[in-house]
Amino acid sequence: MPSNLTRRRVLGASVAAVALSLASRPALALDDNRARTLIDQVVSDINRVISSGQPLSRMISDFERIFTRYADVSIIARSTLGADANRASAAQLKAYTAAFQGYIARKYGKRFNEFVGGRIEVNTVRQVKSWHEVKSTAYLRGQSPFEVSFLVSDRSGKDLFFDMIIEGISLRLSERTEIGAMLDRRNGDINALIEDIKRGG
Amino acid sequence: MVPVLSSLFRHIPRATGLVGLIVLAACARPDSSVASKDIFDPYERNNRQMHEFNRGLDRSVVRPVSRGYTAVIPDDIETVIVRVSRNLSLPSDIVNNILQLNMRGAFHDSARFIVNTTVGLGGAFDPASEMGMAAPTNTDFGETLHVWGAREGAYVVLPLLGPSTQRDTWGIVVDVFTNPLTYILDSPENLVGTVAGVGAGLSNREKFSETIDQILYESADSYAQARSIYLQNRRFSLGGTASANYIDPYDTLSGPAALEDPNAE
Repeated sequence: MPSNLTRRRVLGASVAAVALSLASRPALALDDNRARTLIDQVVSDINRVISSGQPLSRMISDFERIFTRYADVSIIARSTLGADANRASAAQLKAYTAAFQGYIARKYGKRFNEFVGGRIEVNTVRQVKSWHEVKSTAYLRGQSPFEVSFLVSDRSGKDLFFDMIIEGISLRLSERTEIGAMLDRRNGDINALIEDIKRGG
Repeated sequence: MVPVLSSLFRHIPRATGLVGLIVLAACARPDSSVASKDIFDPYERNNRQMHEFNRGLDRSVVRPVSRGYTAVIPDDIETVIVRVSRNLSLPSDIVNNILQLNMRGAFHDSARFIVNTTVGLGGAFDPASEMGMAAPTNTDFGETLHVWGAREGAYVVLPLLGPSTQRDTWGIVVDVFTNPLTYILDSPENLVGTVAGVGAGLSNREKFSETIDQILYESADSYAQARSIYLQNRRFSLGGTASANYIDPYDTLSGPAALEDPNAE
């Protein structure tokens, strides 16, 4: 029946048109591919640093560059303050974030020595709640391979990672414990904490 | 990575009261109203004292001894001792795999044990890994209790062994008694596992010394840091979905949600 055929064709064409328009529309939300692309870049940058054979001070500054480029430093810094972030002034938050960035670079960058001769490989990516978890495996010399995952979100307006989890240990949560203890030691004085962080790590 | 000290004394063999202990351990189900995802540390005062004791012991004995041990013993011998220790822990792992009804794991660990004990000359070498056999399950009775549905219980710090939970403490006790090697081997031979275990523990203390030193001696509050890291890592290795209780930091940017429980991790 020709009329049926036509209707089917029209239907088919419109479905195809909708599918095409969906496919060609620029991806607005973060998806698995974009999360993976980001972490592929992070990992390739890290692998380049640990195979470069440069002195530790250079590795630390390289790590700081990678961290500020691909991680959402301000949300990580803010969340390590916990509820105390709410009573900090905008200027304090800004100074704290700047100090925190250097602190993280020194504290974790100096560990890059242990990564020399090793490599990281990206494995899988999946969506968890509002973020994407990219799992990778680190192969270090003389050690059993271990899992490193990155949590990626676009809620800052850009695709950035907001946590790095090594064998279940979250950098963000561990630093929150540490920063909380440092703040307690200063009886909650955020300015004193900022001065400590500038020298710490 | 963290409970390195616990491998030190994992292999102490004893041979009594097996059944009673398992019954006791199975009863050791702490209050079910306690959410297992938060940090539950009602014994913090005692734990902190024990932590300080362990820290002193590490500073004065374990760290210097591990440094001397790794300096004196050639690297190849050290590797052999670590391998022997790992191989001798397999029979106990096989028992636990069976108790967890993880028959695949029990089979893989058995195959590994047979290959490494024979071709690998008593575990001195690791042909199983070179042949690409499945990775060891590396389990324990604490995991068995977890599989059986026992709750994690309170965080505890054990003398010498360091961070643990009530569930894992029962696990350690039962593992000491259920290691088949205790019953198969005769009196002097069954000490091999203990000695190799101590050696492997010293090697690990030195191998991960930067990490351990950072936690114990460079943290603002080494007790809180060790507790956080131990619980995160232990829950991860027990297959706990870390993401289930993970809070999106972007949610806490404004509003009442920002008044987050500081112990929410």
